[in-house]
Amino acid sequence: MSSIPAPAAAALVVPSPSAVRARAMLVALVPALAALVLTVLLFSLAVGLAGFNPLEVWGLIVIGGFGDAFAWQNTLQRAAPLVLTGLAVALPAQAGRVIIGNEGALVLGGLAAAAVGTALASSGAGAAIVWPAMALFGAAAGGTWIGIVGWLREKREVNETIASLLMSFIAIALFNQVVETVLRDPASLNKPSTKPLPDALLLPTLPGLDVHWGLAVGIAVALIAWGIMKFTPLGLALRVAGGNPKTALGVGLPVAWLTIGACAAGGACAGLAGAIEVGAVHGAANASLIAGYGYTGILIAFAARFSPAGVVPVAILVGGIAASGSLLQRRLGLPDASVTVLLGFAFVALIGCETLRGRSFPLLGGRKNG
Amino acid sequence: MSRKPVSDLILPPTDAQRRRLIAGGALLGAAATLPGALRSAFAQAPVVVGVIYVGPRGDFGYNQAQAAAAAMIKKMPGVKVVEEENVPETAAVQKTMEAMINQDKAGLIFPTSFGYFDPHMLKMAEKYPKVRFDHCGGMWTQGKHPANTGSYFGYIDECQYLAGIVAGYTSKTKKLGFIAAKPIPQVLRNINAFTLGARSVDPSITTRVIFTGEWSMPVKEAEASTSLIDQGVDVLTCHVDSPKVIVETAEKRGVFSSGYHASQAALAPKGYLTGAEWDWATPYTAQIKALQSGAPMPNFLRGGLKDGYVKMSPYGPAVGATAKAKADEIKAAMIKGGYVIFKGALKDNKGNTVIAAGKSYDQFDGELEKMNYLVEGVVGSIPG
Repeated sequence: MSSIPAPAAAALVVPSPSAVRARAMLVALVPALAALVLTVLLFSLAVGLAGFNPLEVWGLIVIGGFGDAFAWQNTLQRAAPLVLTGLAVALPAQAGRVIIGNEGALVLGGLAAAAVGTALASSGAGAAIVWPAMALFGAAAGGTWIGIVGWLREKREVNETIASLLMSFIAIALFNQVVETVLRDPASLNKPSTKPLPDALLLPTLPGLDVHWGLAVGIAVALIAWGIMKFTPLGLALRVAGGNPKTALGVGLPVAWLTIGACAAGGACAGLAGAIEVGAVHGAANASLIAGYGYTGILIAFAARFSPAGVVPVAILVGGIAASGSLLQRRLGLPDASVTVLLGFAFVALIGCETLRGRSFPLLGGRKNG
Repeated sequence: MSRKPVSDLILPPTDAQRRRLIAGGALLGAAATLPGALRSAFAQAPVVVGVIYVGPRGDFGYNQAQAAAAAMIKKMPGVKVVEEENVPETAAVQKTMEAMINQDKAGLIFPTSFGYFDPHMLKMAEKYPKVRFDHCGGMWTQGKHPANTGSYFGYIDECQYLAGIVAGYTSKTKKLGFIAAKPIPQVLRNINAFTLGARSVDPSITTRVIFTGEWSMPVKEAEASTSLIDQGVDVLTCHVDSPKVIVETAEKRGVFSSGYHASQAALAPKGYLTGAEWDWATPYTAQIKALQSGAPMPNFLRGGLKDGYVKMSPYGPAVGATAKAKADEIKAAMIKGGYVIFKGALKDNKGNTVIAAGKSYDQFDGELEKMNYLVEGVVGSIPG
């Protein structure tokens, strides 16, 4: 401990606060940029090997997803349910829980919303009652389902990841059974469905856009969740409980109930997504609701590093890739799996490049040891 | 790794690839040398036809049957086909239809999955009244649905009846197996037609039915196949989106199979007997020709063997001469017209009379669209 070399240069030249901030931002962007470059290289290689021109493919991806007003609306419409299903994974993750079975919560939310919506509609209720009721019952159904998963984890030590997936299969079976029996509209002969909502009670599109209100609801929920996590004692408590449960217990936080609550909140988002799909797109609950949005949400939440606000841009990116996948198929005859490959590369690259986070980059002006 | 596009492995060259080949020679040569009038006719934009599939085009089943028709219409002059597979029955299919209209200038769209009709196709048809939409499924109703929409469908139970005859002659155990997706009228009609065909050969034959509950669930379909074969079933057939795993399992276990939707003969060279196939090129071609010539496009197209909407897979090596002769005889009667599959007295498998003696329903009868029973000889029950 005799001679600690003084970091002379650093001690003498104190960078301005703005320069420090700029450098911090740059370093924070490194993993994302590295992931982007890696994804572009890998996917270009894959399409090149399959005999297509990567430049043409990338051009169509940009045009199909983000090229004009139609492409943007196509992208946003596809992203709408994904914001909520991304949150459904991101919120339990705040408490350190990995939930992957939100597909079940989504279909049960849709079923509850359809049941309540048609019941209220037949009693003559207007949109001002029907819509909030559908949202509430949808969220409650999804929240209860994933809340049970959280309870099993906290009170019975059942692994929440596996439990949520198995519960999802049960939920889908339950959904099919109810749609095909007790709630079946007798007129739905070859495609069992619940009774349809009257057209007047379908959720309209956003003003000036061809995208339904679900997108705005999703973004609002994401911003509220982000605000709670960042600015409230509840958010802090949740982060402590998720980050270090022992410390959280030590300071007297109700870790178990915080965790169950976070799981329920995630399930509620998925249930709400189901309710909106019924209210804005299908007008009834049927097997078309089982479209995999719940599973895509896993990818989105991981790619957004579980940030409730980060879920929004990632969902839009995934929506855009889906929209461009549509164009790629039609223009180049690329198989549907090509955008799945792209998403796979992006996912692997993002997670792989996470290891770069927190390192220092001498080229960017940082010190070697970080 | 092959430098061929992945799609080439299962399908003929895509539209885009063919276009690239043709475009150079044809346009350069023709545009420069043809007289004015002809040239402008040549420059006339082709009819762009969009085809949308709910699953993969190469699924050996429902989607492949549609894709085969799409491949046929690509060969028609003045037709450009754009295709998209694995499109779910959500807002995604609405956007795909819109994208075909906006980005590809499609004038005619075939949304081929049953669940695309309501609300997705109806909504787009209302928004784009100048575009024509023809849906696979037979739901179009005069006065209820827009005039720029239509339905096409086939009476495939005729083929299932013939397949039942072939199965009846071939089976040694007298136990047939049917793996079904959902207990909806269309599926029940196929199970019943297959069973009636088999029992017309030998009334002691029974059909064991298992419902998987899903249109595409290969794991359950494989389990159901194994279970039926273990029970002594020696001919398997089905009504699921892709019969692939069922036909493969049958072949592996050394029992016979009868196909559905498209031909699965390539998957079971020994045990494939025959199969009930769609022939969608018939309605596709009819609508495109009408569109090109400006003739009115019918809103409701439906037919059976006689009209070329359905067809049989060629007989496999295991089918005997008697079976072929009998099936061909009934087939000829169906093509001639007037052959009735569902006639009284017909009992369901609980002993109730479902069609009274002396009563008969022809193929077009709406009563058959509401079928909610399994006929005598079917072992199993409608779940729910």
